[in-house]
Amino acid sequence: MATRQTASIARLMRLPAIVVLFIWMIVPLAMTVYFSFRYYNLLNPAAGGWAGFENYQYFLTDPAFWQAIRNTLAIVLGVLAISVVGGIGVALLIDQPIFGQGLVRILVISPFFVMPPVAALVWKNMILHPGYGVAADIAKFFGLQPVDWFASYPLFSIILIVAWQWLPFAALILLTSLQSLDGEQKEAAEMDGASAFSRFRYLTLPHMSRAITIVILIETIFLLGVYAEILVTTNGGPGYASTNLPFLIYRAALLNQDVGGAAAGGVVAVIIANIVAIFLMRAVGKNLD
Amino acid sequence: MARAVKTSTRVSYTIAAWVVALLIFFPILYTIITSLKTEGEAIAGFNLIPSFSLESYREVQNQQNYIKPFTNSVVLAVGSTVLGLLIGIPAAWAMAFSPTKRTKDVLMWMLSTKMMPAAAVLVPIYLIFLRLGIMDSRIGMTVLLMLINLPIIVWMLYTYFREIPGEILEAARMDGANLWGEIWHVLTPMAVPGIASTLLLNIILAWNESFWTIRLTTTNAAPLTAFIASFSSPQGLFWAKLSAASVMAIAPILIMGWFSQKQLVRGLTFGAVK
Repeated sequence: MATRQTASIARLMRLPAIVVLFIWMIVPLAMTVYFSFRYYNLLNPAAGGWAGFENYQYFLTDPAFWQAIRNTLAIVLGVLAISVVGGIGVALLIDQPIFGQGLVRILVISPFFVMPPVAALVWKNMILHPGYGVAADIAKFFGLQPVDWFASYPLFSIILIVAWQWLPFAALILLTSLQSLDGEQKEAAEMDGASAFSRFRYLTLPHMSRAITIVILIETIFLLGVYAEILVTTNGGPGYASTNLPFLIYRAALLNQDVGGAAAGGVVAVIIANIVAIFLMRAVGKNLD
Repeated sequence: MARAVKTSTRVSYTIAAWVVALLIFFPILYTIITSLKTEGEAIAGFNLIPSFSLESYREVQNQQNYIKPFTNSVVLAVGSTVLGLLIGIPAAWAMAFSPTKRTKDVLMWMLSTKMMPAAAVLVPIYLIFLRLGIMDSRIGMTVLLMLINLPIIVWMLYTYFREIPGEILEAARMDGANLWGEIWHVLTPMAVPGIASTLLLNIILAWNESFWTIRLTTTNAAPLTAFIASFSSPQGLFWAKLSAASVMAIAPILIMGWFSQKQLVRGLTFGAVK
């Protein structure tokens, strides 16, 4: 229906966004690919020239690499599981006729406003600290030995912090979706004698599927790049126990000053992110129209 | 809602919801309380009643002037969001009202640029910033944050604009409105809620972005994320002081979020609700 004139104006309007994003994607990526085939170490400026696949070989055969992949997946899947399941629970609860719903909603959404380094510092020192944290106070109250969470369960502790930040986001999107569910349908199901569980299973859950897909998509985008929470709490340790892929690359680049190696890691990370992206986009694309 | 709910049911749901909400909010609450304690109280075990001492805030301010990172956070968050809207609104408008066969692919591609791990391109961006002479500058960080959030901006706006019925535009066209008239008089009033929530969400995302802001700034352009990260070093770490610094870093965005949460929540759907 659009006339030729509006079509060409529309193209003009799309162009700036597409062009800047294309440059933003292609220039750093091309440079990363280039560096990944070069000897380039800031600690050893004399070394230079083409490295072939040596950087890749070095990065991929590093035992820390597979551990970082496992940790990355554990963070993404762990946080998704906690925030989606917990988010459904919280959303169902807030959706009930409760007193002070507005205030409850404000309290629940709050962690989403907290910047990652603050979230990490608060959990590290206020909550999980083995000497002065609330968790230690509770343990002592029950006569138990306080746990040094970041030393004993580093990855779990990080998943906990990140899940705390993202559960509110999931809960609120799911709540909005719940509130758009037709009340009459619910009542009809109730009158027909459907149990609470089957109402949830066959009515509420299918209704929320679209919202759940979107929560998964958006959270995955951010969870693949978890960084500040690790930097502030465990710094990737002990050993590589809580190092994810971004953090491993950061270590190579800034701590070892190995630009070539970090670039090879970067290319690997981009490839993995794209594999994840293709799967996700397929799933979302199916669910979005 | 004609359904009568038994008061006892309502009360038990209310209690359950408040317990959950307070549990989720507890880390923030406890940080605020601890920031009002003296250092001695802060490590004296669990205690919810502080002595309302402002000493820690004073000490944080003495150690590191708060005004500068605060100003930087405001400039970067607002600047990158406004810039993103200037580029994003026309793009989303065109995609929603003059879609082509490839519109959906373009949207998905835009979103996929967000999947690129930041750490993977840290060195190239670092070198580009050095070459352009924009290292540790507000302008460089503003543009960078805009690029990071642009896909989200376009997507959110697109899902909003798509809800605006096309017939309204047709009618305006029949009445002889030109393109700008169309946007200004017809679209803007309908799109304002969508633009407002996009603006809010992106200010929050930009305010809290913690990879680039920590890695690419030192003093001039360092926002509150860098300010707080500097408190993570173990030496001289005190509980009350750390809490005060944390509260200072999150208070502005928390308060903004609380006041605008209705608007924001409406925008947090990303087209999840049809």
